[in-house]
Amino acid sequence: MITLYDFELSGNCYKPRLLMSILGLTYETVPVDFYPGREHKSEAFLKLNPFGELPVLVDDGLVLRDSQAILIYLASKYDKTGQWYPLSDPAVLAEIAIWHDFANRITATASAARLGLSMFYDVDIEAAQAGAHQLFRLLDEHLWFGEREGRDWLCAPSHPTTADIACFPYVALSEEAGVPRQDYPAIRRWLDRVKRIPGFTVMSGVFPAGPAIEA
Amino acid sequence: MNRPNPYLNDHWHVVAGNEAVASGQPFRTVLFDVPIIIQRLADGLRVTAALAPEKPLPVLERYGFIWTSLGTPMPLFEIPEYDEADRRNMNAGSLGVAVSAPRAIENFLDMGHFPYVHTDILGAEPHTEVKEYDVEVSAERGEVLATRCRFFQPRAATSSAGGQEVEYVYRVPHPYCSVLYKSCPSDENRRDVIAIFCQPVGEERIVAHMLQSLIDDVSTITDMRRFQQTIFGQDKPILENQYPKKLPLDPRAETPIRADKSAIAYRRWLSQMGVNYGVIPLVPRVADV
Ligand SMILES: N[C@@H](CCC(=O)N[C@@H](CS)C(=O)NCC(=O)O)C(=O)O
Ligand SMILES: [Fe+2]
Repeated sequence: MITLYDFELSGNCYKPRLLMSILGLTYETVPVDFYPGREHKSEAFLKLNPFGELPVLVDDGLVLRDSQAILIYLASKYDKTGQWYPLSDPAVLAEIAIWHDFANRITATASAARLGLSMFYDVDIEAAQAGAHQLFRLLDEHLWFGEREGRDWLCAPSHPTTADIACFPYVALSEEAGVPRQDYPAIRRWLDRVKRIPGFTVMSGVFPAGPAIEA
Repeated sequence: MNRPNPYLNDHWHVVAGNEAVASGQPFRTVLFDVPIIIQRLADGLRVTAALAPEKPLPVLERYGFIWTSLGTPMPLFEIPEYDEADRRNMNAGSLGVAVSAPRAIENFLDMGHFPYVHTDILGAEPHTEVKEYDVEVSAERGEVLATRCRFFQPRAATSSAGGQEVEYVYRVPHPYCSVLYKSCPSDENRRDVIAIFCQPVGEERIVAHMLQSLIDDVSTITDMRRFQQTIFGQDKPILENQYPKKLPLDPRAETPIRADKSAIAYRRWLSQMGVNYGVIPLVPRVADV
């Protein structure tokens, strides 16, 4: 049985939940009192993850931290289509690595600003918001040019990959970080495409897609 | 800067969860745009305005939270159930939200959004109807009371086994606090208590402090917190997208469909008490004209 150590309001925890829902995997949830309990800094939890961070996934005795690493593991092991993390395509794997890194930069900016505003983390909120806008500008351009070339997703294939899952949560939650998306139309369209992936699921703060508008 | 009227100022206002303030570490927050510092010292809590560190403010620890006042506070409202021996009392979280306190209270009172915002938990289509209920305002007790509120809920609490018709009572015993009582899935003779205490950081920003006092000897505190945070996390983007962020007290300002019976009573009560902070008053302020 797969076990996810999870906090409902965490976008990083939402990444594995989202992929497991899309892949139709069943798993067990261990709720962790991240806030206000700070249970992820408790002695017991630090034994599981010395970094004191969520999420953590345990499968077959293997203990994994870092949401991107977890996505790679789940897709490589359980995705029968081989599309979410295409092991036989070095160029795509490298592209995915770039966007997994980008996802961590979003965590360091958009997610940090959200934690500062809603859970009073000691962060420079304005700097974090400015950093998020810089990333969103890059992301919007990448997606906008992609649409011109007939590419709907972050990486080259004609289907989504773990890169899209990794970048989705904190972009979708950016309003809570005080980072509005009205200047990023291509991002808004991409968010809607992710929401229409079969098996998509929401978290608190993320809404399902509205009705599709025919072009 | 808009200052709260004396009625509002002479209340206790929540400023932190008990456990957020550790000894030896000053805790900084903001109340009515005034930065304040809370310290846990050997002889108890000390709360001061950051700009007047020598003058202590009144302080009270109650319901798992720390309360203070910039005025002369009248007694804090009672939640007698809180002291029942078998209740599981917990701070379900203190979350910053970009909204006015009265908007957050009004959302807390509104059952109409359950099926759409808390789908498959506190409501589900086609059970969307808000049935007739009773509202009374007691000006001398300083409280709005809504009773006989009923709603079908697929999963009313952590302890629910399935859907049920749930009965609610809502109290608004403080301009910025509300307490609800709902049927308890594990004991039909008692009610679970959930409260929201809004700390007015500014007119358009609050900390929503959430209390749960539940009859449930099975679930863990973590599970019960998670349930409430899941719900509130769904409300948060709705609250933050309210426009205007301040609550209009003019009955003609918003359509009566949104402002239902308890909301109308709440707005009228705020008006009567001259509440002027986090609202758009009926009579425009001189400064706004
Ligand atoms: N690179 C990690 C970052 C994980 C991370 O930052 N997790 C947050 C929760 S969303 C956390 O646990 N932070 C610890 C803390 O902020 O106290 C990942 O993607 O999983
Ligand atoms: Fe709600």
